[in-house]
This record gives sequence, structure tokens and C-alpha cells, in this order.
Amino acid sequence: MLQLNDYSVAYGQSTIIDGMNLTLKENEIIAILGRNGMGKTTLMKSLIGMIPSKGGTVKLADKELSPLKSHERVSAGLAFVPQGRMIFSTMTVEENIETGLTSTGERHIPSDLYSIFPVLDEMKHRRGGNLSGGQQQQLAIARALASNPDVLILDEPTEGIQPSIIKDMAKTLKEIRTQRGLSILVSEQVLSFALDVADRILVIEKGKIVLDVPVEEADQETISKYLSV
Amino acid sequence: MFAEYSASELTSIFAMQGFAGLILFSVFVLMALGLAIIFGQMGVINMAHGEFMILGAYVTYIISNLFADYLPVIYDSYFFVAMIVAFFVTAALGAFVEWAMIRHLYRRPLDTLLATWGLSLILQQLYRSVFGAREVGVTLPDWLMGSYPVTDLVEVPVNGLFVMGLTIVITVGVALMMQKSRLGKQTRAVVQNRPMAAAVGINTEKVDRMTFALGCGIAGIAGSAFTMIGSTGPTSGQLYIVDTFLVVVFGGASSLLGTVASAFTISQAQSTMEFFLSGSMAKVLTLLFVVGILMLRPQGLFTLKVRH
Repeated sequence: MLQLNDYSVAYGQSTIIDGMNLTLKENEIIAILGRNGMGKTTLMKSLIGMIPSKGGTVKLADKELSPLKSHERVSAGLAFVPQGRMIFSTMTVEENIETGLTSTGERHIPSDLYSIFPVLDEMKHRRGGNLSGGQQQQLAIARALASNPDVLILDEPTEGIQPSIIKDMAKTLKEIRTQRGLSILVSEQVLSFALDVADRILVIEKGKIVLDVPVEEADQETISKYLSV
Repeated sequence: MFAEYSASELTSIFAMQGFAGLILFSVFVLMALGLAIIFGQMGVINMAHGEFMILGAYVTYIISNLFADYLPVIYDSYFFVAMIVAFFVTAALGAFVEWAMIRHLYRRPLDTLLATWGLSLILQQLYRSVFGAREVGVTLPDWLMGSYPVTDLVEVPVNGLFVMGLTIVITVGVALMMQKSRLGKQTRAVVQNRPMAAAVGINTEKVDRMTFALGCGIAGIAGSAFTMIGSTGPTSGQLYIVDTFLVVVFGGASSLLGTVASAFTISQAQSTMEFFLSGSMAKVLTLLFVVGILMLRPQGLFTLKVRH
């Protein structure tokens, strides 16, 4: 579904992602693990077009994304849940989700979105900024799903969220994958969540993939070694 | 200073000046609406906003002449046609200016300030070359002439009432649009977080252009209204731009209600004091008052309270 070939991202002279190759298959969930500063967020932001890439190709269903602007990438079928959620805090929950409808041309929020996140239906008219962290995370995911994506990318969705809700979130993401048949790329620091949600685990270090294993073969200890400071 | 007037005279003076202030308030609100939308959306301070207003006034002048020459029978209704044409002409110029100039200067606020100031000088000279340096005025249709006597001493001019009604309709319309329409929601999303708005699929460049055009279009309508209360010259717009900035900053740039409240305060203070003091003294006092309030509340009168 999503294919990166020799993909590089740099800030000026310093290369953050260096010649990365990655294939996200249809209906697959990949978790990217790595310590702080190893380029997870940079990778995510460059995929959605917030940061330009420096070299290589990124293809979504054989369509080259590099020259496209963020909103064109969304129309092409990519959706993004950023680190820190970044919901529009002065807008209501309903309006937040509606912003995600822009690329589809729909006017009304499809009801199955609310059935995935019933709490958002109850809080429709509250301002996004007044929701709890976990609720904001659900809102950010709902907003991304509103554009009807083929590939969903999430940047550290567990950050600042209680452990009990993290478990639910893994379950919800897998349900969404089955229901909508989409592929998910998620960056993480919490190993247990990654093992819960993913089909395949990648570890990146200094902008390169250093480990790539199916989740069944993932050995907690080896991965923990990569993650410990 | 009140000593030489009787109590009933004072009441009438306050009522009449208050009403004159309401007309000033209308022009302020229409001007400030456009400025606030543009500033809130793009962080662009549009120094040429006054000239956009005057463009609306000149369009109104042209339409009224066209009606007088070719359609004198329905001259009474020229104003509505003029208003709509003024909106679209200024909006089109706004969209063009955004495309040709402003979009290359985003994230350089001082440069946009300078560039739009230059634009205002260019437009002023253009008006002078096309329409002449002399001020022009329109002939009001009969139904807008005269005044409506409330008491023996208090009279309310009909055109003032009309301008106020128009302002209310447009303000409510803009407020509804920002709250309910798709463009409004997209605009608010872009205002809050531009990169994120793009990442949920909003074409931010298109939203910028539409917003700039809309802000300028509203200034054009303000210009139409302006023809009823003053005569139009190449530099008339400049007189209003400073006051309008004052209104926007005082009200809090992100709040429509704040804009309305601050326009009301400033225009009423101005108008009432002008009767008893000289015009410049009234201005000094208004400015001092605004500076004082802004020292206590730098964010302006109204702000939204949410967690970020």
C-alpha cells in the first residue's frame, strides 16, 4: 500500500532519515519503535508533507507522493494523527471531525465514526480543548478517519494517556483496520502497545531501520535493548 | 462644560450624538470585520484596507451615475445593485492582490505591512488619475433622505438608520458564515493550526485567498455605506484605517463579539466627546483610554477560554 524507496529527510545539512526502505502491505499494521531523536516524528511529518523529503520515493498505491502538498496527500488516501494530537481546541468535537471531511466533499459525519467512538457522540458540542487526553486522542483518530483513508499514520498515540486506555486503543485500532480494510503505520515508544497492536515491528536508530521482524518473532529483550537509553 | 445647557437639551445632545456615533460605529464594524478576519487568518496587517473601502465607494458612485443616466425610473433601488457589485469588485481585487503579492510574503509580517502600505499609495494615485482629486458624492434616493423626528429636539436621519440595519445584517451574516459554513470551519481550523489543517485535508492556500477576498469584499460594502455619510475622495480611506486598527486590537483579534463591542465603545466615546471638546482632544482621550485598557488586558476585550 505504502512504499518507501531510498527515502531521505533532512533539516538543512543534517540528515535525519537516511535511505529508508519500507513496505506497508495492504491491511497490515506496522509499529516503528525507536528512542527519542531517532527520527520517528520526522518520518511521520514528512510522510504527510509537513516537512519536505530530500531524496528517494514514497508511493501510495503506486502514486508518487513527494511532489504533493499535505492536502493533496490526504486526497490521495493518507491520514495523519500527530504527536500531541493537535486537535483544534476552540472548535467543537463535531466541527473538528468535519474538518476531516474536507477532502471527501461530504457534508455530514458518517454515523459509523461515532459508533467506533461513542464518547465523541456524547460530547459533540463540547470544545475540543476541554476534552481529556484520551478523548482528544479518539477525536484526532476520528478526524483522520473522516477523510476515508487507505493508510493511517499515527505518531506516538499513547503519549500522555493512561495505561488502561492504551489497551483499549490497541483494540480499537485493530478493529478499525478490520472494518475499513486500511493499513496502519504507527510510531511508538511503549513496547507493550506496539506488541499488542502491530503485525510487524521495526526499530529505527539514527534514521535507519536496524530491526524488522513479524510480531510473533519479536523478542522483547532484544527490542528493549534498542529502546533503553 | 455642561453648565450652559439645560437638562433636556443635554439629553437631546447625548441622544443625537449617540446616534451619530452609531453611524460611525457601523462603518467601523464593517471595516474592522474585514481586517479582523484577514489578520486573524493570515497574520497579515492590510494597510490598504481603507483603499479597498474607497474602491467600494467609487463603485457605488459609478453605479449611481449609470442608474441616473440610463435607468432613472428605478433610481431608488440603485443602492442594492451598487452594494452587490461593490462587494464582488473589491473581493476580486482582493483575490488578485493575495495571489500576486500577499502569498509571497507570508511569515514576513513587516514586509506585508510595507507592501500593503505601498499598495495603498498606488491605489490612491490610481483613484486620483481615474476619478480626479476632487471628492465625489452620490445623490441619495428620496426614500433615504430626510430624518425621522423622535421628539422636538431629537431627529434621527433615515440614511443612518439604513446603514445601521445593513451593518447588523452583514455582521450576523458573517458570524453565521464563520460558525456554520464549510469555508468558515476551514478558516477557523487554519487560524488555529495551519500545518495541521493542511494535514487533515484542507487546501490552506485556497482558504487564504477566499478569506482575503471576503475581508476585502466586506470593506467594499463598507465603502457603499460610506457614500451615504461622507463624500468619496482618493484619500478618504486613510482617515479610517488607524481607527479601525484600534478597534481590532482593542476588541481582541480573534473575537467577532469583541470587535463589535470595541467599535461601539470607541465610536460612541469619540462622537459624544466631539460635541463638547475639540475633535483632536476627543481623539486624545479615546486613545489614552484604549492604551490604558490594553495595558491591563493586552489580549483585548474578549478571548476564548479553553485548554490548549
